[in-house]
Amino acid sequence: MSWSWPYFFDYMINGLMLRGVWVTIWLSIISMILGLGLGILAALMKMYGNRGTRYIAEFYIWLFRGTPILIQLVIIYTGLPQLGIRFNVVESCILGLALNEGAYLAEIIRSGIMSVDKGQEDASRAVGMNWRERMWLVILPQATRTIIPPLGNQFNGMLKTTSLCSVISMQELMRSAQMIAQIQFRVLEAYCIAALWYLLLVSIWGLVQTRIEAHYERPFGSEEAKPNNEK
Amino acid sequence: MNDTGLVVAIKNVKKSFGNNVVLDGINLDVSKGEVVVICGRSGSGKSTLLRCIDQLETVDSGEIRAAGHLMGFKELNAKIVPLKDASVAIQQRDIGMVFQNFNLFPHVSVLENIMIAPTRILKRKKDEVEKEALALLERVGLPDKKNAYPRQLSGGQQQRIAIARALAMKPKLMLFDEPTSALDPEMISEVLDVMVDLSKAGMTMIVVTHEMGFARAAADRVILMHDAKIVEDATPKDFFENPKSEHTRLFLSKILQH
Repeated sequence: MSWSWPYFFDYMINGLMLRGVWVTIWLSIISMILGLGLGILAALMKMYGNRGTRYIAEFYIWLFRGTPILIQLVIIYTGLPQLGIRFNVVESCILGLALNEGAYLAEIIRSGIMSVDKGQEDASRAVGMNWRERMWLVILPQATRTIIPPLGNQFNGMLKTTSLCSVISMQELMRSAQMIAQIQFRVLEAYCIAALWYLLLVSIWGLVQTRIEAHYERPFGSEEAKPNNEK
Repeated sequence: MNDTGLVVAIKNVKKSFGNNVVLDGINLDVSKGEVVVICGRSGSGKSTLLRCIDQLETVDSGEIRAAGHLMGFKELNAKIVPLKDASVAIQQRDIGMVFQNFNLFPHVSVLENIMIAPTRILKRKKDEVEKEALALLERVGLPDKKNAYPRQLSGGQQQRIAIARALAMKPKLMLFDEPTSALDPEMISEVLDVMVDLSKAGMTMIVVTHEMGFARAAADRVILMHDAKIVEDATPKDFFENPKSEHTRLFLSKILQH
């Protein structure tokens, strides 16, 4: 059995494959958004919390960065039911990916917050902002500028990490490729198409990320930022 | 403001950083509309005093009343209780502060810098606040910079915007922490002009500065701090011509040498 172009092109727009692509997209986005929420929460708990919340955040980060995501997914989906805690496939995938992502993002967000000039805290206090207002209006928006590049990198990783969910039978892109490969045993063609789809998704994200970065760089841009000394 | 007409009443304030005493029993009253200039060499505690008034630092002992508040505390059944962050923030709304390094919000435009606190904290109507913000920009002489970002402005322009941002909250007291120290010499006067105008308009001001020209022109009182204490508190005329403290004479001789 040699390489077959007809199968290759057929798999590219195969309905099963396209559904896998779609699942990979939304699974990545939802997990990333939830992970971002967890990451912000953990970063704030670690930086501004009392000893208790700090330990909780540190334990969470330590645990989920210290164990393989594959084991986390398997434990959530197939292990926890032993204790009577049941999640369906989709819930397990989102939970596993978000928890894992949040642990990594927490450190990225923490370094972003630390990169904001200390004078910003003074200035926002001086106009009468409380902690919540300082965070949401002044500190986090500025931290975003530092956070976006590594965050983009993480989302790039997320798009591909979702493939691990195939192990607990989530029908995303990887699982779709597996299923297609089993129909006519065109393994190479099927997985090459899956790989191409991942490449395409990651490339599109790269373009989006560039736009987002440009948006957050605009206030700091140098090309039009010539000090104007008249007046 | 209380009955006595005092906007600031500081009683026996002490503050240390570790073993380093930065405020050693400070007493200071400032009346409504008064302009008080504080000078002294670096490390004498003058910036820390301003930061304590605005609760950017907390005092170790003593009390600070400013703009009608017992700063950082509330009186509850004759007991004095420390306030939580959110309640301190409410007190801070009545005091404007201008920093050496401007500390404008770099991620938003000039207009948003001025409008962010009135609209997002006081939840006032946007169009109404915008009108006031534009009037403030006019007042500091930068009406055409409303859409610029802070990075696009010179230091002097940024500091004038910082003054406008503080004024947007309609403070009862303005604190200036070395507002011209980070500026190129040619930009100092544009900032001082705005401050002189503000003093003429009746604003109560405490200004930490070494600009003796401003002290002569606008101050009602000039204070010298030395080693965490106030060692001179006089009218500008007495301060420059007839100082009581040896430290003041030394300070003036050093300043006038240059």
